[in-house]
Amino acid sequence: MSDPAAESDVEKKARRGRNIALALGLFLFVILVFVVTIVRLGGNVANRTF
Amino acid sequence: MAMATAHPQPSSEVRAPARWQDFLQLLKPRVMSLVVFTAVTGLVCASRPVNPILAAVAVLCIAVGAGASAALNMWYDADIDAKMRRTRGRPVPAGRVQGADALTLGVVLSLFSVMLMGMALNWLAAGLLAFTILFYAVVYTVWLKRSTPQNIVIGGLAGALPPVIGWAAATGTTPLNAWLLCAIIFMWTPPHFWSLSLYASEDYARAGVPMMPVVAGAASTRRQILIYSLLFVPLCVAPAFTGLGGAAYLAVSALGGLVFLALAVRLARSHAGESADPRTDDHGLYGVRAGAKDARNLFAFSILYLTLLFATLLVEHIAGWRPLELVSLEAFR
Repeated sequence: MSDPAAESDVEKKARRGRNIALALGLFLFVILVFVVTIVRLGGNVANRTF
Repeated sequence: MAMATAHPQPSSEVRAPARWQDFLQLLKPRVMSLVVFTAVTGLVCASRPVNPILAAVAVLCIAVGAGASAALNMWYDADIDAKMRRTRGRPVPAGRVQGADALTLGVVLSLFSVMLMGMALNWLAAGLLAFTILFYAVVYTVWLKRSTPQNIVIGGLAGALPPVIGWAAATGTTPLNAWLLCAIIFMWTPPHFWSLSLYASEDYARAGVPMMPVVAGAASTRRQILIYSLLFVPLCVAPAFTGLGGAAYLAVSALGGLVFLALAVRLARSHAGESADPRTDDHGLYGVRAGAKDARNLFAFSILYLTLLFATLLVEHIAGWRPLELVSLEAFR
């Protein structure tokens, strides 16, 4: 792993781009799982037994 | 990660920092779009109403699964890619992305796409998706590609399965009509790739990939292209007789099939692939060496023909046009 302090501007920009892309990907995945859950279960979410 | 170093990598030193676009390139977006197109055709042809959100999730899972197998392929094949003009600029051989990162991306996306497919649609579709990824990454990439000139024939199954996965996602079943779409792509692969390899064979020879023209010679390859074309075209017309395609499909498949056969015959009678001249080594992949024009024509038309076949099926099913009832084959539905 490279030392972040020794990174050039180009490297910093590339790292920032990768981090944003990863964050967006994870966020979209969470939204996707939420939407799929709602579509599949619909109103039955509340009808579960404990 | 032991696996990451199990295969020799051409570049151990990363020359430029990896951008997110490099990771996107690992997923081969252009191939992904073709996979999406055939998967959507399978999903629509299943003629079973699916929640549009779940249908979109199914297509996304198939696309991501295809991208994951492409990343695994680029990790394992980096040494080959570095030797070929067409592929030496890919992120791993060019040193922009480390092999271990490509491997990680491929494994993570494979797991995510298969799990989401299983949870959102059904486990038959998820199982088929997992099989497709494993078949491409392990059977084709690791085993077949470097060992036999039949690599793209058998490996073509991975590219042929997306319509079956789409169909399974919609219905939870895979009737014979779904496998017919798979068979069409499977039989399309050899004429398509071998006609390409006829005018890019030095590239494969340099990389040590046993493509058919390198191993069996150009004449044998042209003959085999013709044989596969003779089997492929009737298969393309078949959906018009199994309750899948309508009148438009019959017309497109028959007329296009005749053109395909004519181009295959012309290629078989040509000398394409034989005029290997090192002095002309700098032509691009799609630059045509003298004598290879017939190979390029078939290669280009094969893409157009397959696209037209699947687009016609899509349009017919979306527009609700009735399929022909020339022969009632209930077993296919």
